[in-house]
Amino acid sequence: VEFNRVSPKWWLARQCELAAGYGIPLVICLVLSMSYTVLLLAAALLLLLFVIAWFVERGRYRRWGYAERAEDLVVRRGYLFQHMSIVPYGRMQFIDVKAGPVERAFGLATVQLHTAAAASDALIPGLPRAEAERLRDRLTTAGEARATGI
Amino acid sequence: MNGEWQRLSPLSPVVRVGGAMTAVIIVGLGQLGRSGGGSPLAFTLVWITALILGVVSGFVSWLVTRWRISGSDLQIETGLIRRQSLRIPLERIQAVDVVAPMVARLLGLAEVRVVSAGGGVERSRLAYLGAAHANEVRAQLLALAHGLEPTSAPPAHYPLYQVDNARLIVGMLLRSPALPFLVIAAFGVAFAVAVPERAADAVTFFALAISAFIGLVLRPVNADWDFSLSESLDGFRLDRGLLQTRHETIPFGRIQAVRVWQPLIWRALGWYAVGVDVARQKVATRADSEAQQVARWLVPVANRAQVDWVLTRALPGAALDPVPGSKPPPRAFWVIPFTVRNAAAWFDDKYLFARTGRVALRTTIVPHNKVQSVRLRRGPWLRAFGLSDLYADAAGPQRAGGTVRGLARDVRQAEEFAWAWTELARERRRDPHRVLGQIQPT
Repeated sequence: VEFNRVSPKWWLARQCELAAGYGIPLVICLVLSMSYTVLLLAAALLLLLFVIAWFVERGRYRRWGYAERAEDLVVRRGYLFQHMSIVPYGRMQFIDVKAGPVERAFGLATVQLHTAAAASDALIPGLPRAEAERLRDRLTTAGEARATGI
Repeated sequence: MNGEWQRLSPLSPVVRVGGAMTAVIIVGLGQLGRSGGGSPLAFTLVWITALILGVVSGFVSWLVTRWRISGSDLQIETGLIRRQSLRIPLERIQAVDVVAPMVARLLGLAEVRVVSAGGGVERSRLAYLGAAHANEVRAQLLALAHGLEPTSAPPAHYPLYQVDNARLIVGMLLRSPALPFLVIAAFGVAFAVAVPERAADAVTFFALAISAFIGLVLRPVNADWDFSLSESLDGFRLDRGLLQTRHETIPFGRIQAVRVWQPLIWRALGWYAVGVDVARQKVATRADSEAQQVARWLVPVANRAQVDWVLTRALPGAALDPVPGSKPPPRAFWVIPFTVRNAAAWFDDKYLFARTGRVALRTTIVPHNKVQSVRLRRGPWLRAFGLSDLYADAAGPQRAGGTVRGLARDVRQAEEFAWAWTELARERRRDPHRVLGQIQPT
C-alpha cells in the first residue's frame, strides 16, 4: 500500500511543542536551582529526555500515513506502538476535522474518523487545511455511496 | 399510517411512585411502632403530604404524556413546563423490550422500551401500558421496523431453549465472581474455630461475606429465572425474570457480535453462557445502566449441545472450536504467558472467531458484514518477537467486548488476516441482509 505522509509542517509544529515542553522546565530549573550539581543533573536529564522524545516523535512523523484505497481508508501510525487501521468507507458514521491552537498557527488540521465501534481509532493529524477539507469531502461522498445499515 | 395520540395507563403514576411509597410506608410504620418517638400526629401529616405530592406529580406527568405511531416514527411527548417531543425513526430500532417490575406486574401493567441505534434508552420508553397492550405495541413496532404491515397480534414463535432453574442456581453459585466470597466466609469460620474468644467478630465477617455471595448469586438468578429463548418471524424472544419479568426481542440482522463465555469451574462441567451485542453508538454515561442492558445473555447457562443449537439459529454455520493453525506461534508465550494456551483466532467465509482468556474462556464471533474496522497493533515487546495483535471491531463501546482480538499472531500472518478480513467484510456487506428468519420447527 502506498501511504500519503503527513505534512512536514506538522513535524515543525511538533518540534516547537517539544522545545516548549522541555525548554520551560529547563528555565524553571535554572531559576530554582540551588547548586551547580543539581542544575547540571537536571539539565542533563531533561536533555536526555528531550533527545529521546525527539527521536520517537521523528519516528512517529515518518511512519504516520494514510492511503485512500478503492473501498477503504488505511491509516498507519505509531513508532514504538505501531498501529494500522483499515476502515471501510461505508462504515464511517461521522468525520471530525479539528485544529488545536498550534495546528492552527501552522495552517494544519486533524481528521478523525468515527465508526459505530468505539474501538476504531483512525486519526490523521498534520494535514494542510485544504487537504483536510478535501479528504473530509471525499470520505463523506465515498461513505454515502457505500453506506450500509449498522 | 397515522395513529391516534394515546395516553399511558392511568395506573402508571401508582407504579412510578409505588416503589418510593413502599419505602415511606415501611419507615412510617416503623416510626409509629416505636413508642414515644416524637409526635405521631406531626409525622403522619408529613407522611400524608409526601404521599399526596408524589401522587399529584405522578398524575400530572401522566396527564401531559402522550404517544403515537405516526408514519415511520414513534412519537412521545411529555413534560409540563419543558415540553419534550421525541421522535424515534422505526427503521433505527435495534430492539424492543417489555419489562414489568414487580409493582407493575401486580397491577397488570408493563413497560415498552425501545432501543435505537442512537442510544438514549432513558427517554424512549412507554411506562406503563396494560400488559396485553404492551405486547401488541411491541409486535406493531417490530413489524414496522421490518417494513411490514403493522399487526396487533404477536407473531407465532417457536421455543429454542429453556434454562433449567436448578442448573441456573448451581451455575451462578459456581461462577467465578461469587466464589472468592465463599472462600472468605470459610476463612471466617476457620478463624472463629481457631480463636474462640473473638468468635463474634468472625461471625460478623462471615455474615458479610455470605451476604455478598448470596447477592452475587441471587441477582442473576432473579433476572434469569424461567429463562426461555424462542425464535419468531421478527427475531429472537427472551422471556425471563422472577420478581421483575422481561420480554425482550432481538431482531434478526441486528446481532453485532456473539460472545461465548466459560468461567473456570464451568469448564470442568462443560457449561457455557452466550451473550449477544446489539448495536448502539455511544455509551451515554456510566450511570445509564439501561443502556448497558443492550448487551444481553442469549443463554445464561447451558451445555455444549444446547449452545451449538442456539448458535445454529443465531449464526448459522458457526463452529465454536478453533481450527488447526488458529493458535499463535509458541514464542507468543513471552508476550502473553497466561493467555497463550487459550488464545486463538480464525475465520471462515461468514464469521470471524477469536478466543482469549487466562482462566475463563471467551470466544467472540462477529459476522463479516458487521465488521466496522480492522486494526493491527504491535508494541516494542511484540515486535521483538515478530508478533502483532490483530483486532476486528463490531459496533459498540470499547468495553463491551464486541471486538475480535487475535493476540500475538505472527506479523506476516496478522497482515494477511487483516487484508483477508477486510476483503471478506466488503464482499459480505453486499449480501442481502437476513431480515426475516425462516422458521424451521423441530
